[in-house]
Amino acid sequence: MSFLELKDLRIHFPTDDGLVKSVDGLSFSLERGKTLGIVGESGSGKSVTSLGILGLHKGGRAQIGGEIWLDGEELVAADAEHVRTLRGKKMAMIFQDPLSAMHPFYTVGAQIIEAYRIHNDVSKKVARKHAIEMLGRVGIPQPDRRVDSYPHEFSGGMRQRAMIAMALSCDPELLIADEPTTALDVTVQAQILDLMRDLQRDFNAALIIITHDLGVVAELSDDILVMYGGKCVEYGTAEDIFERPEHPYTWGLLGSMPRLDRERTERLLPIKGSPPSLINVPSGCAFHPRCVFEDRTAGKGSSLVPELVETEGGHLVRCHLPRDQRRSIWENEIKPNLEAS
Amino acid sequence: MSEPLLSVQGLEKHFPVTKGLLQRQVAAVKAVDGVSFEVRKGETLGLVGESGCGKTTTGRLITRLIEPTGGKIVFEGNDITHMSQGKMRPLRRDVQMIFQDPYSSLNPRHTVGAIVGAPFRIQGIKTEQGVKKAVQDILELVGLNPEHYNRYPHEFSGGQRQRIGIARTLALKPKLIIADEPVSALDVSIQAQVVNLLEDLQNELDLTYVVIAHDLSVVRHISDRVAVMYLGKLVELADRKSLYESPMHPYTNALLSAVPIPDPKRRVERERIRLQGDVPSPLNPPPACRFHTRCWKAQEICKTVEPPLQKLAPGHEVACHFPENAPAAAAEAAPAAV
Repeated sequence: MSFLELKDLRIHFPTDDGLVKSVDGLSFSLERGKTLGIVGESGSGKSVTSLGILGLHKGGRAQIGGEIWLDGEELVAADAEHVRTLRGKKMAMIFQDPLSAMHPFYTVGAQIIEAYRIHNDVSKKVARKHAIEMLGRVGIPQPDRRVDSYPHEFSGGMRQRAMIAMALSCDPELLIADEPTTALDVTVQAQILDLMRDLQRDFNAALIIITHDLGVVAELSDDILVMYGGKCVEYGTAEDIFERPEHPYTWGLLGSMPRLDRERTERLLPIKGSPPSLINVPSGCAFHPRCVFEDRTAGKGSSLVPELVETEGGHLVRCHLPRDQRRSIWENEIKPNLEAS
Repeated sequence: MSEPLLSVQGLEKHFPVTKGLLQRQVAAVKAVDGVSFEVRKGETLGLVGESGCGKTTTGRLITRLIEPTGGKIVFEGNDITHMSQGKMRPLRRDVQMIFQDPYSSLNPRHTVGAIVGAPFRIQGIKTEQGVKKAVQDILELVGLNPEHYNRYPHEFSGGQRQRIGIARTLALKPKLIIADEPVSALDVSIQAQVVNLLEDLQNELDLTYVVIAHDLSVVRHISDRVAVMYLGKLVELADRKSLYESPMHPYTNALLSAVPIPDPKRRVERERIRLQGDVPSPLNPPPACRFHTRCWKAQEICKTVEPPLQKLAPGHEVACHFPENAPAAAAEAAPAAV
């Protein structure tokens, strides 16, 4: 069994307006030292998935089903108190907005020390030394002084570094980063991405990076999972997703994005419509109202939920179109349009 | 070359920092500090830079939403720098703004009809078949259903709301539109829809845009010319092709190389320039060349003499002592092979 394995994970929230199926049957696995990128638009269920793995929906109104196996241990049925002891030590999270994720009343050092001492039976002095070491490790200048700074005294990039130091302080084996660079400027984003790449290599952790930015995903990920309407629509290696994508939604994402590494195209090729509300997920394939190729599925698009099927060597696609047709559409109709004429 | 629609000369905005009971001014945030550029009729000028570089302030100065502390703004030959509210009003028809956040820029208690119709009411404009018809025509133009007239903003998705904002902007057929991060709050697939819409509207209505954005790929896609700002200064201004293919300012180079490329094959071979640290505070910017604290080419002169914005190739201006990709006889402005 893999280090992390999700089997048919379902996280549903009952609301006054109906059942919100934020995550609806998600399965994937991840090994130590590997990076999985989860891509999707707002409301696709990517953040709910990450909080679900950390066990942060426990005790709330969420209805959680399926299985999450972390290093041979099942977490969905596990006791909330037990999962709490794993958080920080075994798995940790880097949040999007470090200013709201850190406590403004406590110094950065105090927050790292607290987390470290919960999981390690050490004196304050030893923990403080460890905090300084971690801050230095993530590239904060003069860590022995900055350890006593408050979060507001840090710039955005430094805060995100401190946040990473905090997440790594207990040497977690699974690290989840939810939009870790979205709030940052592009030059700082590049620094943070480099840092995450280096640290992951040193710590040999399993990394899940959640983002809407395909560029960020391409920089870091070994494997990529594309989510739409709470389901995985395509899964494969980074090369699979960027060079031979087979799902119309993935094509749409690639066409929507202006790219600096190619000649400028005259027009972007957006996806029509907007992402579905999770209360009212379209029948059949959730993507069918926005899909350009829906008319080629002989009516199956709106009536039948397609299965996630392997097309080749671990590359999974959830689409009604037959494989050969998908490939020929990509080669002949999509790919040429993505490259400037 | 067509005539400039808007011309900005040495534009300055210093926000005072006050202290104590008497509110004495102790310092100033030099948000925009001597910026000059022209916007030609029918073109799109992209304004890029990191947060705190003054790009949004520049946009708000041009629209006269805030009062400049120095410099000159000339619109269609008229100096509007310190024009009074009353005199500005008729001009507001011609200069409009698209805002970043479609959730906070629309009044939640007004219907779409009231929001898009407001410019007509405020400017006292009579339309032939009534305001309602005019509003519905505009809604159709931006890709919304005319029947949405009586709905409220909360009934729409982010992309649709941004279309409502664009409809309001277009209501009075402006000549110049300042778009401040028009797509950054939207999902990827919706971003592309709005970018295409902006381009279509420009072609149809002969609009001139100043697009303020931090996303360099979006800016390349929509702009004809691009201006790069750093800490309140313009560091480079060029047409799209030369700026992206042969940037001269080290900062522009660094910005471009920091953009993540959606191509997993390229992540190994790609040569990157990594800037150290963050943007310094505009409260206390570095002297002379403001970029010298992060620049890998910086020498003594960069710390003492401020480089002027110079034209080193046709249509390509840069403020740097040691520009890259510069033609050999730079001072003579020899034609560069771009």
